[in-house]
Amino acid sequence: MAEAQQNIPAGSTTAGSIAVAAESTVATRMSAPPSFDVADFPVPHGREEEWRFTPLERLRGLHDGTAVATGEGVRVEIEAPEGVTVETVGRDDARLGKAGTPVDRVAAQAYTSFEKASVVTVAKEAVLTEPVRITVHGEGGVAFGHQVIELGAFAEAVVVLDHTGDAVLAANVDYVLGDGAKLTVVSVQDWDEKAVHVAQHNALVGRDASFKSVVVTFGGDVVRIHPRVTYAAPGGEAELFGLYFTDAGQHQEHRLLVTHNVPHCKSNVAYKGALQGQDAHAVWIGDVLIEAKAEGTDTYELNRNLVLTDGARVDSVPNLEIETGEIAGAGHASATGRFDDEQLFYLMARGIPEAEARRLVVRGFFAELVQQIGLPDVEERLIAKIEAELEASV
Amino acid sequence: MATLEIHDLHVSVEAENGPREILKGVDLTIKQGETHAVMGPNGSGKSTLAYSLAGHPKYTITGGTVTLDGEDVLEMSVDERARAGVFLAMQYPVEVPGVSVSNFLRTSATAVRGEAPKLRTWVKEVKEAMEKLQMDPAFAERNVNEGFSGGEKKRHEILQLELLKPKIAILDETDSGLDVDALRIVSEGVNRVRETGEVGTLLITHYTRILRYIKPDFVHVFANGRIVESGGAELADQLENEGYDKYVKGGASA
Repeated sequence: MAEAQQNIPAGSTTAGSIAVAAESTVATRMSAPPSFDVADFPVPHGREEEWRFTPLERLRGLHDGTAVATGEGVRVEIEAPEGVTVETVGRDDARLGKAGTPVDRVAAQAYTSFEKASVVTVAKEAVLTEPVRITVHGEGGVAFGHQVIELGAFAEAVVVLDHTGDAVLAANVDYVLGDGAKLTVVSVQDWDEKAVHVAQHNALVGRDASFKSVVVTFGGDVVRIHPRVTYAAPGGEAELFGLYFTDAGQHQEHRLLVTHNVPHCKSNVAYKGALQGQDAHAVWIGDVLIEAKAEGTDTYELNRNLVLTDGARVDSVPNLEIETGEIAGAGHASATGRFDDEQLFYLMARGIPEAEARRLVVRGFFAELVQQIGLPDVEERLIAKIEAELEASV
Repeated sequence: MATLEIHDLHVSVEAENGPREILKGVDLTIKQGETHAVMGPNGSGKSTLAYSLAGHPKYTITGGTVTLDGEDVLEMSVDERARAGVFLAMQYPVEVPGVSVSNFLRTSATAVRGEAPKLRTWVKEVKEAMEKLQMDPAFAERNVNEGFSGGEKKRHEILQLELLKPKIAILDETDSGLDVDALRIVSEGVNRVRETGEVGTLLITHYTRILRYIKPDFVHVFANGRIVESGGAELADQLENEGYDKYVKGGASA
């Protein structure tokens, strides 16, 4: 079921497990139960399972209560086509927090500290032909955010959540999919180099609904995204794709949890990352929990990393926990390979200049995943961004 | 007429206790249209010669010269050598994940030819070359050398030789690990290129078996980091019968 791990470069760890357990280790690995209140979480010291890869000292106080919202935090702009309602609401709005509860202290801090939330509602059966664009632009301050995207039954929408500029941002994003709804969300973290961004993304997938999440992380000093999926009723499908390009000094962490809590749902996770430069650090945690009642589940998760230079580090930890044998399929794979001198020599010995050789390898590595996004303008932007990252390196 | 001239070439590698000299003064001139077989026991430095000519960073040139039509090859980077017309078919071709054969071949041909080949003629050219080497068309969509069998890797090397049309082709133990059928197919590929008369071939091998298919003009015996004897095709027959014993006596590693 688990693919063999191969080509592990020095300085990386790749560990995986498939546990068949009566008690959920996914739950017990967290240091406190989920809560909307930051006071329910002790200040992390860094050795907790959920924080052990994260450089707490670079979170600019998001984890210990010292980060305080500033007026000039982030500017949020939402552009939506017809059929979509966009509202800015207060803390007491009943639609907030329905898709999931904060599971760590920073997410709870965001929930405790935000003042206004954005609620984007796509009416029942509305099929959007244009994407909803949510632009979060950092203005150099500290901000706590909350966004809700809710699709009525059989609605179809594409949402692009774009993060740029410089900020210290903690946020929760809720995706609520009605029965038969189809939602594609692209969250792009294209931050300036000093930004710190910690976010929990919760998706609640309705009966026969399809959720596709594409998480793209390029920029920032520390980016830690925590996409989570649960199902409201059988027949739901979730595809979680991710792509990251981690440069020197950057910490990019993606922690996923898919909880199969109802029968006959599907999930497919595929994250790919390239790393280059001294102390580039990528972390991928892929947790899938199949609860005892979730018979007929079909799930697969995959993480691939391509290490382009010395000095980079990858931690890739897939974890699949199965509480019922009555499933359609479950598997995971993690592999970290390096673009090494022998590959470079081989390509150059065929006349290909060094920079071109690197481009060839990285483009090829990401191509399959990029093609699955299904949004041509996003795909083009990603390819251009990947090229720019490579240009910067040579 | 293209000529590769190797003169008094000395090459070292970094070993645990300092640099170790592998090539100890190699002299060899290869002209377009000629086929030179370099034969020798394991560890004699044959592959070092091949990789040094291609510019592998592991090898340090400590003396001597290599020129292609008077141009200093040793001054060129690896990709410049390839574009100048030096081709190395490797004994152990490297896997390149994420890069398809078709993309790789086209990128390489574009680099070597100086312009992108026209798509229509290119597709035809690749298809025909693959057919001649009895390669499945599906091969083009696989990643370079990833999961290839030994025979597939060697066919893929010769496919590149046919498409890139170098001035000097260095074939490093292309015969190793091939069964008789694969050896014949690969040899036919090499012969097609040789018959153009436009390539000088340096065939590096341990065994005489491949020389039944590819007839050399010159045979050189390589031992202890240099050429110790040169002759015509008949020298290969002598090696077939007598082995390398008389060349390795007196300290060369076997």
